[in-house]
Amino acid sequence: MTDALQHVRLAGEAGVLAPPPRGVLRRYPMVVLGGLLFAVVLLVTLAAPWLASHDPQEIDPIARLRPPSAEHLLGTDALGRDVWSRTIYGGRISLLVGLLVGLLASAIGLAIGLISGYSRVADAIVMRVMDGLMSIPAILLAIALMSVIRASILTVIIAITVVEIPRVVRLVRSVVLTLREQAYVEAAVIAGTRPARIVFKHILPNTLAPLIVQTTYICAAAMLVESILSFLGAGTPPEVPSWGNIMAEGRTFFQIAPWLILSPGLLLGATVLAINLVGDGLRGALDPRIARRM
Amino acid sequence: MKLGLDRPLYQQFAVWLGSLLSGDLGVSIFSNQPVTRLLAQRMEPTISLTITTTIVMVLLAVPIGVIAAWRADTWIDHAVMTLAVLGFSLPIFVVAYLLIYGLAMTWDFFPVQGYAPLGDGIGAWAKHLVLPSLTLGLSFMALIARITRASMLEVLSQDFIRTARSKGLGPRQLLIDHALANAAVPIVTIIGVGVALLLGGVVVTESVFAIPGIGRLVVDAILTRDYPVIQGVLLIFSGVYVVLNLIIDLLYVVLDPRIRY
Repeated sequence: MTDALQHVRLAGEAGVLAPPPRGVLRRYPMVVLGGLLFAVVLLVTLAAPWLASHDPQEIDPIARLRPPSAEHLLGTDALGRDVWSRTIYGGRISLLVGLLVGLLASAIGLAIGLISGYSRVADAIVMRVMDGLMSIPAILLAIALMSVIRASILTVIIAITVVEIPRVVRLVRSVVLTLREQAYVEAAVIAGTRPARIVFKHILPNTLAPLIVQTTYICAAAMLVESILSFLGAGTPPEVPSWGNIMAEGRTFFQIAPWLILSPGLLLGATVLAINLVGDGLRGALDPRIARRM
Repeated sequence: MKLGLDRPLYQQFAVWLGSLLSGDLGVSIFSNQPVTRLLAQRMEPTISLTITTTIVMVLLAVPIGVIAAWRADTWIDHAVMTLAVLGFSLPIFVVAYLLIYGLAMTWDFFPVQGYAPLGDGIGAWAKHLVLPSLTLGLSFMALIARITRASMLEVLSQDFIRTARSKGLGPRQLLIDHALANAAVPIVTIIGVGVALLLGGVVVTESVFAIPGIGRLVVDAILTRDYPVIQGVLLIFSGVYVVLNLIIDLLYVVLDPRIRY
């Protein structure tokens, strides 16, 4: 376990995968595969200004709905915009939403979960609120939040974060509840350690491994929810080319120009799959016991 | 004034709760029809879709999980589990369009979209539901397949399985009668979770396939800010969620006689 943690730390410190320690590929093939796939997507979207063949917003009414060709790698949309350029620029928005939601939801969820797991009074109130939030389907809740606030990338991130927080809280709380009964925590209590110190020094570090795994799943889920929100017309505003928006615009033309939906859709699928593979692999590496059972 | 929007929020909520007790969910701001009537009109397609999807989901996922556990750590295991995760990684509407593109557009048998009520004959009804149910089923099967595999693996490593094997039981009897029956509790739990998640997926699927169900109703209501309708639908969804969890809890007793309440 410490060994595996070491690899994870190494991977985290050295960009995604600078010289992998020997044996990692064989022991965690999925993490490496997923990580590589994700790194490729990340690089392509970051290098969008150099890789794009056209301005993603440039309208060319004569070249409408052209199928993929040498001039337009993935064809053009209903306004003659280049789908390849729009797709790689759109990836930036989708990845940004995924990463930020993952970080925000984990951080806020961790804080609430720690409090709720350690204080019985807070627990009773917090968990009822979380149960209430969780009983509404995630997508519906996100759409409902979006209908109350003005659509922008920031509000999309906020809406999806609110939806994801209860899942993190549940996880962190369940870990804290088991840790609280551990002998070393009791020992710390008897030794007169202040509660804040117990929570931060003794409990927090032990919640991190499952939390990291959960964060990867949240990133993946957030990217899917963003695309669905945009697809239904309640997501990022139309002038921003996110993967969801490109697909939403392609919806009416699906029968004559399927590349409008399939190219960003499959790229999104590949990205989410990559993140999920990393998550599965990390779970295996960080906690072999759970990995066997899931 | 009729909507009571001039009153403070807590009073509006109390009024809403009060009329809820007499089965009144208010009147839609947009179409001026009672919310209960709107819900009743849209109920059938959504219930049909949920039931057929659950069947498709279970029929796909449980065998996949059982096979993966039976042939654990072989290429069969890896192949089917990767396939299941792939379904989970694609957005529901992309799965939908892939199916439309691959099946409905090349093969006239399946309608591209729309819904036929059960009253029009069971054939037309089923034909319209195949693609939407497959879409949703493929999206959520990974979840159930994984737990099935894990639960089966745990049971398969127990002593009574070795005894059964040494008695000379064939793989079918061994896997289904002995292992699956004992692995059922976690599987049923996750099927319940799957059905709850499905309610969210229904919203998207109904939009893609133009099915006039509750999902479409609530998306339209949210986009037109028709608050009474949104409240009504959320109440229904949350209610279903709670009832579903209760049913699962009660099923435990049937599946595992050792559990008592």
